[in-house]
Amino acid sequence: MMDKPTWKSTLRAFLYLLPALLILIVFNIYPIIKSFLMSLYTDYDFYNDVVYEYGLSNFSDIFQDPNFIKAIVNTTVFVIGVVPVSIVLSLAIAIMLNSKIKALSFFRTIYFLPFVTSVVAVAIVWGWIFHSDYGLLNYFLGFFGIDPIEWLTDPTYSMPALIILSVWKGLGFNIIIFLAGLQNINKQYYLAAQVDGASAWHRFLSVTIPLLSPTMFFISIISIINAFKVFDEIFALFNGRPGPANSTLTVVYYVYQKFYEEWEFGLASAAAFVLFIIVFLFTLIQLSLGKKFVHYQ
Amino acid sequence: MDVYLDNLTMEFQDIKAVDRLSTTIKDGQLVSLLGPSGCGKSTTLMLLAGLYKPTSGDIYFGEQNVTKLDAEKREIGMVFQNYALYPHLSVLKNIMFPLRMQKVPKKEAKERAIEMAELVQIGHLIDRKPGQLSGGQQQRVAIARALVKKPKLLLLDEPLSNLDARLRLEMREEIRRIQQEVGITAIFVTHDQEEALSISDRVMLMKNGILQQDSPPQDMYRNPINSFTASFLGNPPINFIKVTKTDQQGKYKIMNSSQLIHLAKDIDMGQIQLGLRPENIYITNKEDALMTGEVVHLETIGRDTLIRVKIDDVTIRALIDPATDIHVGERCHIGIKQEHIRYFNIENGANLERGNSHDGQANMEKHA
Repeated sequence: MMDKPTWKSTLRAFLYLLPALLILIVFNIYPIIKSFLMSLYTDYDFYNDVVYEYGLSNFSDIFQDPNFIKAIVNTTVFVIGVVPVSIVLSLAIAIMLNSKIKALSFFRTIYFLPFVTSVVAVAIVWGWIFHSDYGLLNYFLGFFGIDPIEWLTDPTYSMPALIILSVWKGLGFNIIIFLAGLQNINKQYYLAAQVDGASAWHRFLSVTIPLLSPTMFFISIISIINAFKVFDEIFALFNGRPGPANSTLTVVYYVYQKFYEEWEFGLASAAAFVLFIIVFLFTLIQLSLGKKFVHYQ
Repeated sequence: MDVYLDNLTMEFQDIKAVDRLSTTIKDGQLVSLLGPSGCGKSTTLMLLAGLYKPTSGDIYFGEQNVTKLDAEKREIGMVFQNYALYPHLSVLKNIMFPLRMQKVPKKEAKERAIEMAELVQIGHLIDRKPGQLSGGQQQRVAIARALVKKPKLLLLDEPLSNLDARLRLEMREEIRRIQQEVGITAIFVTHDQEEALSISDRVMLMKNGILQQDSPPQDMYRNPINSFTASFLGNPPINFIKVTKTDQQGKYKIMNSSQLIHLAKDIDMGQIQLGLRPENIYITNKEDALMTGEVVHLETIGRDTLIRVKIDDVTIRALIDPATDIHVGERCHIGIKQEHIRYFNIENGANLERGNSHDGQANMEKHA
């Protein structure tokens, strides 16, 4: 099977790859390059698609824009708020679902539902849950003597509301991946650890965590990238606005505003490129950390 | 520390995996739990480890009733069939793991782990990960990990079944050496009779959850309590023939054959089953012969020659002197010394020369 590559075989391989490559180039690679180039357009006539001048001023402009700084801060708060909570919560639920309980598949379905439901539908439901007068959440908090919170109209609470929605929305996917990871751990290790004198907590620390590390690593990378790209939840939850007083303005939302609402293609592309660099750096850091802490069998 | 099992029973749904098992395992002994798969030997081990809790009955470690004690508190060491070494930890850290759980200071834990690694002769491998070791080396690490905390009892669950034949022989002797050197009470589960007979002080043979016989290996081989024990031990297996009493004194007719055989023992039963070990059968002349038949098969493997002799519808296996000049298709006379013949009850398989006393009961000492 593994012959030496010849020009003929290479050409044939390219032919097989062509359909997928074509789609990727047209819809992914080309737009990435184009948007990078666009971030360098400093004088652009978009009616006639003529670029009069290239430069880096778009980048300096966005870093002087308080809204962009706010978007970066908001995005960072969102990532820090969502990712750890989501991972810990979904791991805890996955461990519960992995134990012997009745009506297991029922619970698995319940937890997976948010993942398969459309963001818009989810956001409408949560819009009602968060409602300051009739919302379930405030009703529930009322039992603890907490006054109604204006989740969606008070700038202090709009970010927490968005984080709650996003954590809930992301649980299903993470749980399924964690469950698969948990089921891959040989039960013998738990028996061995038990005989070796490890309590349930130590078995979790010494067997589950290290043997689940590849899964954990995968989920943390995916979750961080997804969290950095948050947009639709905001759009749907706050009816096409970035929250009260820009309180949930994120980088992608900023790109959207600049592109579709202000037709500032250069600024939008520059912001998108900055986000790309941030995500890229984070992923590099994670990969190098992963080499140290992740055990692959 | 002696281990007592008192009427130990384990039921899974409607299956009795272990049925009223009672025995005593003496301090410092190596005892094998032997039996075909599904006989309850592994379940018994899991019960001893505390990984299963029995349906009824009690387990005592010395004077202490440990029946309800969890595995992590029983102070036992266990070697699993597939070793179950923690794949993310180095050999040293694997061996140190039980000590870490006991909160032994790190320096002392490391010293003890290295000492144990030397005992099982893997001192040069302590920085490797289990994935980089051969099966035999992993086995040694597993033994070191089981012994490092100085457990009261060492349990081994089919520890040799994942090794190739030569290594199995070597590790079997190693396990015996280590067990004797440490002087620990050990229980060894196996389905391989040769393993059980070769290294243990005592063999417990189980079938369908019931302890069949509990005695030193040679005694079990020579003096089986019933036809199951007789058939489970020995390779090639023991020959069974059914005979019917005739009117003539001492003459018995072989079932499905017209031949009559002479038995010295007078058994007060119409029908009995005889057990003849292949190695006790020899080729002889017509006067001395027990039976006469045709050689249908002959093979020489190393130092042994195995023949199969067909006497009408009955086939007998015999291990004979390789120097004997005999060929397939020839008729031959086979004989056996009368004291080598075993007599079994045809219905319940009991050895008719032994009482009905259960050896397991004989080993059960009363304790308060």
